[in-house]
Amino acid sequence: MDDLRALYEEVILDHNRRPRNFRRVPAGSNRHATGHNPLCGDQLRLDLVIENGVIKDVGFDGAGCAISTASASLMTESIKGKTVEQAERLFRGVHDLLTQRGDPGDLGKLRVLAGVRDYPARVKCATLAWHTLDAALKNATDPVSTE
Amino acid sequence: MSHPMPEQRTAGAARFDVARIRADFPALAQQVRGKPLVYLDNAATSQKPRAVLEALERYYRCDNANVHRGVHALSERATGAYEEARAKVRAFLNAASEREIVFVRGATEGVNLVASTWGRANVRAGDEILISAMEHHSNIVPWQLLCEQVGARLRVAPIDDTGALVFEEFERLLGERTRLVAMAHCSNALGTINPVRRVIERAHAAGAVVLLDGAQAAPHLAIDVRALDCDFYVFSSHKVYGPTGIGVLYGKERLLEAMPPYQGGGDMIKVVTFEKTVYNDLPYKFEAGTPHIAGAVGLGAAVDYLGALGLDAVAAHEHELLVYATEALAAIPGVRLVGTAPEKAAILSFTLEGVHPHDIGTVLDHEGVAIRAGHHCAMPVMQRFAVPATARASLGLYNTREDVDALVRGLERVKELFG
Repeated sequence: MDDLRALYEEVILDHNRRPRNFRRVPAGSNRHATGHNPLCGDQLRLDLVIENGVIKDVGFDGAGCAISTASASLMTESIKGKTVEQAERLFRGVHDLLTQRGDPGDLGKLRVLAGVRDYPARVKCATLAWHTLDAALKNATDPVSTE
Repeated sequence: MSHPMPEQRTAGAARFDVARIRADFPALAQQVRGKPLVYLDNAATSQKPRAVLEALERYYRCDNANVHRGVHALSERATGAYEEARAKVRAFLNAASEREIVFVRGATEGVNLVASTWGRANVRAGDEILISAMEHHSNIVPWQLLCEQVGARLRVAPIDDTGALVFEEFERLLGERTRLVAMAHCSNALGTINPVRRVIERAHAAGAVVLLDGAQAAPHLAIDVRALDCDFYVFSSHKVYGPTGIGVLYGKERLLEAMPPYQGGGDMIKVVTFEKTVYNDLPYKFEAGTPHIAGAVGLGAAVDYLGALGLDAVAAHEHELLVYATEALAAIPGVRLVGTAPEKAAILSFTLEGVHPHDIGTVLDHEGVAIRAGHHCAMPVMQRFAVPATARASLGLYNTREDVDALVRGLERVKELFG
C-alpha cells in the first residue's frame, strides 16, 4: 500500500474529495475550454475570468478519476491571481514534470503530481486539465482530447 | 498433447480440475507488484495454454512455408496445418462446410468484411440495419459507415435496466426495410447473453439476414451455427485462448458465394489478366495475401484445448463462479452492478460509489488483480446506464473462487484508501 501512497498522496485524495473551484462559470468569465479523455471518459469544462492579463477567477466541472479531479483542482488553486504568462509557464512545468522532459522549475504544491510518472497509463489523467487550460488561454474553440 | 475430435466437446471432462488447468497457462504463474497475478480481464483477451504456445513454435520451427502454392515438403505441411485448423474451426462452430470458414484478423474484420461486401451488394438507400443498444463499437461503426455510403438507416433496439434486450421493441423495429440484424451473442460490457435463437427466427421471418458478433460468446458457450440458423458469425481467436491477429468469419455458403470479394491480391484469384480476373473458390475468395498461418494453427490448438475440456463444462464452471462473484460484489456497500440480465456470461461490470473506475483499476493492480476500467468500447452502453465508465472483472475457465476473493479484498483496499 505504501508505494500506492506515492500516487495517491494525501493532497491528491483531499483535492479529489473536496475539489477547489468546482463550480460552473464564475461571473464575468471570458475564456472557456472543454477537455475529454476518450480512453476513460473523463470530461472537464474550464472557465476563466481574465482581466488585464491576470486570471481573476476560475471554475471547473466535469467527471473524472481522482488523479484528473485533483490535478484540475490543484491547477485552479495555483493559477488564480497569476498572469497568463505565469500560468503558461506552470502548464509547461507540469508537462515537463509528468513527461520527464527537462527541468520543471519551481512548481510548489504541484509537485505532488510527480507520483503519476510511475503510472504511464495514468499520465493523461493528470494532464487533461492542463491541456484544457492551455486551450482556454489560447482561446481555442475545439474541445481538447488527450488522444 | 492428444488431439481429440472437437465433436467430443460436449462430452467434457468428468471433473473440472481448475488447478490442473491453471498449470497449462504459464502466464498465470507470475507475480505482479509482488503479489500473485489474479487475471480477471479475459473479456479483453485471454491467456494462452502451453498447447497453443507449442503449436505456434512447432509451426515456425518445422513447417514454416507459404500456403497453397509451394511444391515442396514444407509448403505442403504448412498448407496441411492451415487447412486442418480450418477443419477444427468448422467443427467448433458446427458449420456445414469448410468453405464457410473464412480466416480474418478478428471479429472486427469479420464484421467489416460483411458490411463492405454483402452490405454494398445488398443494402440500398432507405433500407435499414438493426442492431442493439449493447453493441461493441465494432458492431456499430462498420454499419454506420455502410449506412452513410448507401443512404441506409441504422436502427437500435433498446435494452432494459438489467441490460437485457427489450424483445418487443426489437420486434417492433424489425420491418420490411430491415436488410440485416447485427447483434452481439454476448455483450462485452454487460455480460448479457442475447436470445439469439428467437432473434434469428423473427429476423428471418421478416426477410432479414443475421450477423452474430460472437467475440464474447465463443469463449463461454458451445456454438452451433446450424442449430442457430444464423447467416454470419464472427469471433476472435485471442479471446478463446488462441493467438492474437486471427479470427473467423462464418457465413452460409450461398451468401458467401454471392458476395463480391473483400480485398484483392494473391490467393483470392484463379486467373488474372489485365482485362478480367476470375476469383477463387470459397473460402479463398476472401483471403487475399499470405494469411496468418501460424495464427490459424494456434487457433486450431486452442479449439482443440477447449474441445478437450468441453465447452459445457467450461460454461458450468464459469456460471458457478459468476453466481459466487455476483453475490460477493453485491454484498459490498457502494457497489452497483451494471448488467444484471437473467442470462449472463461471467462478466461483471460495476461501479463503486465515490471512486472512479480508473482508480479502482490502479489500486487493484497493486494487489496483483488485473481488471479493465473504462467504457469497454461500448460508449452507448455507458450512456444508457449514465456512467462515464465501469470497472469490469471478466472470468475465464482458469479462474477460481480464490480469484474472486482477491478481487473483493482489493475492493476493500480501494474503500480504505478513498473512504
